Amino acid sequence: MTAPPPASVLRLADHKFFEGMIGGLPERLQAVATERAYSVGDMLVREGDVADRFILVFEGKVALEIVLPDRPRVTIQTLGGGEVLGWSWLLPPPQWWLDARAVKRTRTLEINAAKLRATLDSHPEDGYRFLLHLFPVVAQRLDHTRLQLMDLHGR
Amino acid sequence: MAASSIPLPASEPLGASPWIPVPFRVEERASETADTITITLTPPKGIPSRPFRPGQFNMLYAFGVGEAAISIAGDPDRPETLVHTIRSAGPVSAALSGAAPGSTVGVRGPYGTGWPLASASGKDVVLVAGGLGLPPLRPALYEMLRHRDRYGRIEVIYGARTPKDLVYYRQIQEWRGRSDLRFQTTVDAAGREWYGDVGLVTARVPDLRIDPSHTVAFLCGPEIMMKFTAQALAAKGVPDGSIYVSLERNMKCGVGLCGHCQLGPDFVCRDGPVFRYQDVRRFLSVREL
Ligand SMILES: Cc1cc2nc3c(=O)[nH]c(=O)nc-3n(C[C@H](O)[C@H](O)[C@H](O)COP(=O)(O)OP(=O)(O)OC[C@H]3O[C@@H](n4cnc5c(N)ncnc54)[C@H](O)[C@@H]3O)c2cc1C
Ligand code: FES
Repeated sequence: MTAPPPASVLRLADHKFFEGMIGGLPERLQAVATERAYSVGDMLVREGDVADRFILVFEGKVALEIVLPDRPRVTIQTLGGGEVLGWSWLLPPPQWWLDARAVKRTRTLEINAAKLRATLDSHPEDGYRFLLHLFPVVAQRLDHTRLQLMDLHGR
Repeated sequence: MAASSIPLPASEPLGASPWIPVPFRVEERASETADTITITLTPPKGIPSRPFRPGQFNMLYAFGVGEAAISIAGDPDRPETLVHTIRSAGPVSAALSGAAPGSTVGVRGPYGTGWPLASASGKDVVLVAGGLGLPPLRPALYEMLRHRDRYGRIEVIYGARTPKDLVYYRQIQEWRGRSDLRFQTTVDAAGREWYGDVGLVTARVPDLRIDPSHTVAFLCGPEIMMKFTAQALAAKGVPDGSIYVSLERNMKCGVGLCGHCQLGPDFVCRDGPVFRYQDVRRFLSVREL
């Protein structure tokens, strides 16, 4: 009888975020990345907590929720495999501004934010390339927010 | 020329004149959302059923109130019944929405050109519906699934404001269970009871599993949604000439005579409501022309 295959290991280089990035950054960051698995209902981050990691979703589905006083919480976006959880970890003060909850079994790789920032600071070329990959995420979220404000399904 | 000034023929058999609504019987009335219902209509005895093409519409007449253009939402293979999904937006649609089983609704049609399914043959097909844009696309989906081997991948993205605004909820679950179709549903915002996707339909476009250069896309929904979806499809590589949109303009005659629905050189009722995006993009989001 053969042993069961080892659980698959997630590699940063396989994530869509790093697709086409030259310079070997994902390979070097792999050492400071932690693999995590979340069950349905688990919180990945909570509003107000320190944004101490850059989270890359590989599988599953994560709901980004806004908590409003005296109102039910609202999901404003869901993220799936190939998407990243934002940029709060990059900007001071690094703080999550919303809740993120797994709505399907979810697997992530999470990079320690302090180490990631240090790597990007000390290797500006890598930092620039990294920002070129992060900026489209920011721009896309901004576009979607604008469209949401326009209320596409308005009557 | 106003529709009311068009002379009506003195006497014609029921169904023979494009001007005279035929009284169809309401067989069923099902609630879809808080303000939207689906009615099933049958013709009076002796009046043949009316074959229609996916994307066509009828002028429905609420007796004593008025007429409104309403897309045909049923299966083209079953023309013996007419299915219409109606949102109560004003006096006419409210009266039509209230039509109880056993009552009658006047029908003129079918009118318009419809979705160019022939141009999609052999290609991947993307249907994007926003809100009440799903009913006009449903006949096209029925037709494509019936002739599944004629098409490559079929991808449907259906977006609504909230989960409560989704129509055909049960049927969507069936479609989502099919392996020969990818049906994605997304809403703009939701509470915790919703385990589906949240985000705009445009956000789902980059992940479509299609060969963009061999793809035909049919879009139906609010014009602003179609405009940005067409942009997202173009960014993915779908040629502008392969993107079709269904437009709504206020209508009176429905047959290209009164000029009420004019859109540049075209009349939406006669030359549309389905147009090639590149031919009408300059008119999108200009409500009254
Ligand atoms: C080709 C075509 C297919 C249609 N298919 C459907 C359908 O399947 N189901 C359905 O419920 N409706 C459909 N409509 C829309 C429907 O015809 C209108 O909502 C109609 O005007 C309702 O009449 P009313 O008297 O109830 O409301 P009205 O008093 O005429 O209008 C109520 C409100 O809706 C706005 N409005 C009216 N018409 C439109 C329009 N075309 N686009 C945007 N806003 C509008 C008005 O400005 C007003 O604020 C379709 C329209 C067209 C042209
Ligand atoms: S509605 Fe009369 S021309 Fe189109």
